[in-house]
Amino acid sequence: MAITHAHASGMGGMRVAGDLVARVQMARGMKLAQAKAYVAEKLAVDVSELTDPIVMTEVRTDLGLGVVTPLPGVPKGIEAKFNIARVLDIDINCVKRFRERTRF
Amino acid sequence: MDQFFHRMGDGSAVQMTAKQIMADLVEGSEDAADRGKIPPLAKEEYDYLLDIFCSPHKFISVEPGREVILTYDAATLKIRRVGVHVDRIQALQIYEKIMGADTMELAHVDYSYKPVKPIATFEQPILEQALLATHIPLFYGAQPNLGLYSQPDGPFPNPSELMPMGKIKEAQESYEAALEDLVKDIVFVGSLMYESGADGINLDTAGAAGDADFLATLIATEKLKAKYPDICIEIGMAGEFVLGMHSQLTYKGERLAGMYAHQQVKMAEAAGATIFGPVSNTNTSKSAAWNLARAITFMKACGEIANIPIHPNMGMGVGGVTVNDQPPVDVVSRSSAAMTTLCRLDGL
Repeated sequence: MAITHAHASGMGGMRVAGDLVARVQMARGMKLAQAKAYVAEKLAVDVSELTDPIVMTEVRTDLGLGVVTPLPGVPKGIEAKFNIARVLDIDINCVKRFRERTRF
Repeated sequence: MDQFFHRMGDGSAVQMTAKQIMADLVEGSEDAADRGKIPPLAKEEYDYLLDIFCSPHKFISVEPGREVILTYDAATLKIRRVGVHVDRIQALQIYEKIMGADTMELAHVDYSYKPVKPIATFEQPILEQALLATHIPLFYGAQPNLGLYSQPDGPFPNPSELMPMGKIKEAQESYEAALEDLVKDIVFVGSLMYESGADGINLDTAGAAGDADFLATLIATEKLKAKYPDICIEIGMAGEFVLGMHSQLTYKGERLAGMYAHQQVKMAEAAGATIFGPVSNTNTSKSAAWNLARAITFMKACGEIANIPIHPNMGMGVGGVTVNDQPPVDVVSRSSAAMTTLCRLDGL
C-alpha cells in the first residue's frame, strides 16, 4: 500500500526532492506549495523539476545531498545531511547533535 | 447499461452502473456533510470521481506537479509484520531507498508510549545509528493509547467497567487521572528521542480511547513544544470524530467530544502541532465510491480551514481505502489520487 501511494501521489523521496520538501515542511511548518517553492529556489530548479529523477539526481550529486545509488566518494547519510542543512538553510536536529557531540 | 468493476468497503468486487456509482458518491458526501455540518462536494468533483471509478485502468495517479509528501505510521513495525526478517535500520533503508518514501518512522513493535518508556534508552542508540546512515527525515512514533492505563493493564480503575455500574463521576475521574500519566510518558519518551536527534515525533492514533486520549495528546504536544520550540510533532488521529468517553473534557475552552477533522485541526494548531493527520473511517458495507466521496468531503473541509500542513490518513480502513490486509491497488491508487487532487492538503 505504501508503494501504491508513493507511485500514485507521493513526491518520490530521495530519488527526487521529496525528502527535501518534507524537511522544509517539518522544520518551518510550511504548507506544501510554499515548501516546494522554497526548495526549488534553494536548488535553483523549477518546481516541476522537483519530481524529475533525472534532473534531481544530477542536482543532488552536484550539491552532495545524497543519492539512491551511493557512488564512491559521494556524501552519504549524515554527511549528506550536513549539506542538506546548509543548502536549504534549515536546522537538522541530528546534524546539530553531531556537531555538539564531536565539537565540530 | 454498462457495468463497471467496483469494490465494497471490505474490498470485495462488485459490478455497478455509472448511475449507481454517482448515486453512492452523492450519498457518501452528503453523509459527511450532515455529520460534520460541512459543505458536500460540488458537481465537478462528483464528475471527476465518477470518471476515475469508471476508468478501465488498474492504476490512477495525480497529474505531475500535484505530488504530496508521504508520512508513515509504524513504518519499521510493518516490515516485521509481513515477516521480512531485517533489522529496523535496514527496514528504514528499505523505505528510503526502495519504497520512494519522503519521510520514515522508527517504531517499537509494542507501538505505544507506555511500553516504550522503560526501554527508551535501548531505542535511542538505534535511532542515533539510523540517523547516521540514512538521509530522509526520520520520525520516532508510537500511540498515546490511554487504554493501557486502565486496570488490568494499568493502575487506574477501568472506566468501561465503572460506567455500566452507573459510576459516571468515578469513570470521569479515572480518565482525568490516567491522562496525566499518559502526558508524562509521551513527554518523557518524546524528549529522549528528540534529544537523540529525531527529526520529528509522531503521536499516532490519537484519541483512540476517546476525548481523554486526545486531550492528553494535545497537552503533551504543548509541553514538548514549550520545551523544544523547534520540534516537529505530527498528530495522527485514530478515528473521524472524537469519542466522548469522558464527554466533558475541553481544550482551550472547546469541548473535544464529537469533534470532526475540521474542528480537531484547530485544537492541534493551538497545541503547537506541526502536521495534523485527519481520519475518515471506511464503512465496509458501503461501496468504495460512497466511502471515498465521504472521506474527501471531510478532508476538504479540514484542508480549507487548516493553517498547518495536513496529511490525511490513508491506510487500511481509512481515507476511502478498503478494510483488508492487502488493499487492492485499484482502490488505493484511486483514493490516493482523488484525495490529493480534490483537497487542499500537504501530504498523506
